[in-house]
Amino acid sequence: MKKKKEFMETAVHGLFLCLGLITVGCVLLITIYLIVSGLPAIRQIGLSGFLLGKKWASTAPEPFFGILPFILTSIYGTAGAMVIGLPVGFFTAVYLAKAAPAVLKTAIINVVSLLAGIPSVVYGLVGMLVLVPGIRTFFGVPDGAGLLAAIIVLSVMILPSVINVSVAALEAVPKEYEDASLALGATPTETYFRVSVPAAKSGIAAAVALGVGRGIGEAMAVMMVAGNAANMPSLFASVRFLTTAVACEMSYAGGLQRQALFSIALVLFFFIMVSNAALNFFLKGSKKR
Amino acid sequence: MTLEKRRLLGRRQLTAALWRGAMLAATAITCSLALFIVIYVSFKGLPHITWRLVSTAPSHLQRTIGILPDILNTVYIIFAAVTAVLPIGAGAAVYLTEYAENKKMVAVIEYAAETLAGIPSVIYGLVGMLVFSGTFGTSLLSGALTLAVMNLPTVMRTTQESLKTVPQSYREGAFGLGAGKWRVIRTVVLPGCSDGIITGCILAVGRMLGESAALLFTAGFAHVLNGFFDGLAGSGATLTVALYVYAKERGDLETAFAIAAILMALTLFVNMLASFAGAFFKRRREA
Repeated sequence: MKKKKEFMETAVHGLFLCLGLITVGCVLLITIYLIVSGLPAIRQIGLSGFLLGKKWASTAPEPFFGILPFILTSIYGTAGAMVIGLPVGFFTAVYLAKAAPAVLKTAIINVVSLLAGIPSVVYGLVGMLVLVPGIRTFFGVPDGAGLLAAIIVLSVMILPSVINVSVAALEAVPKEYEDASLALGATPTETYFRVSVPAAKSGIAAAVALGVGRGIGEAMAVMMVAGNAANMPSLFASVRFLTTAVACEMSYAGGLQRQALFSIALVLFFFIMVSNAALNFFLKGSKKR
Repeated sequence: MTLEKRRLLGRRQLTAALWRGAMLAATAITCSLALFIVIYVSFKGLPHITWRLVSTAPSHLQRTIGILPDILNTVYIIFAAVTAVLPIGAGAAVYLTEYAENKKMVAVIEYAAETLAGIPSVIYGLVGMLVFSGTFGTSLLSGALTLAVMNLPTVMRTTQESLKTVPQSYREGAFGLGAGKWRVIRTVVLPGCSDGIITGCILAVGRMLGESAALLFTAGFAHVLNGFFDGLAGSGATLTVALYVYAKERGDLETAFAIAAILMALTLFVNMLASFAGAFFKRRREA
């Protein structure tokens, strides 16, 4: 009887251990699959030709597989989205965490989570019908679908992540810091920006890292507004991001072209890992305090 | 007050006013963006939602468009994905808080969960295509399994949070009465954290509703009306994928906006449900 119970306990323990390890297994599986399926094309094309090649013509009779345009587009697009989205998100977060009256704060937080819940295809659809024609008439360019439209859509999409993480960081600032500043004669607004914000800086850095990760990884919304031609990035050019480069051709690709798409995914994965590492680093920093 | 001091004070006031202005402007921008999107999509989409649209399959013969198959596919895929992710996510959380003694193991599993949460959906789609579609074909089942992996961290984290709130004394009481570990988990710990598991699942459903990039290559594009098991085995477009197809490839914007309005209403409803559930359970616990 006792033996049976002991056996049962060990079995259940083992079962839960397995369930816990599935998460680790998934990460390993994804990493290994991406590396195994991504490396052959890189080896065949050559690392520098692949990463630094300026021309992508995967279906041409004499194909070119250079993904520099995609890499640069992803970097410029995400950077642009941060330039527009970060200030808006940051100041909204300070207002929410520190200055807003309680009722307004609850209402605005609900609005922000509404923004977070909108599916990316809906962002893409609204971008397609509002932004793209808007850019075409406003700047007088032949086609509004391009890098600028993608930047604007991304800057809206990263707002909720930036706001939520920054608000959490700002709310964790010890009240004594702010009290001390107020007692020394600083006004509330001065206290928020000169005391609370510096004290929450690693949490805010984490918000930036999270926003960058979201921006680099977004595919559907970008695919609907960026035009999807493999050009070198410029503000009004039709461009492809790393994500959309994979998604555009995957459905019909074969052979080396298909392998090259996996290599693009591998490069994307590398970028994501770097931004994840930055995120973890900053989050640890903000917890330590 | 000297001139110098007055100038300094003036500058301080100016800076503070600028900061305040920036805060208010930013908040106004955020809110008006959200409201604009919601109102615009509702305005363009709601008039095109008709009974025929939501209750029929598309027909080439009658030249009508219906999104019933897409709605059903969405329901099937979410049901299957939640069924798959629930035991794994909750079980992993139970392991981390109840069993794990090795700190390194905990760190590894938690790091893995954080990594999973950061991987973009396109990559899930690609790997899902290789792993799941390689085994099960391009089918709703492959899509559901991909979604399950994507949402593993969400379910795991919310369960973990709520496991932490089950008082240690409950466990000690049960152990003191002679219960084994499994019995304590089954009868004391799991019932105590059911609220966290439910909230986690609702959150996961919200994310699955809006997911599209991961499903393009795993679940495919078919608009065929199917039962649950045939549906899972066959290819099928969810609402999000159907929206993309109608908007980008067929140029049928009326249907696209109708789907967008439905999707937005659904995600809004699910997210509200999640926050209500969270608040409800919290109140019940404190009472």
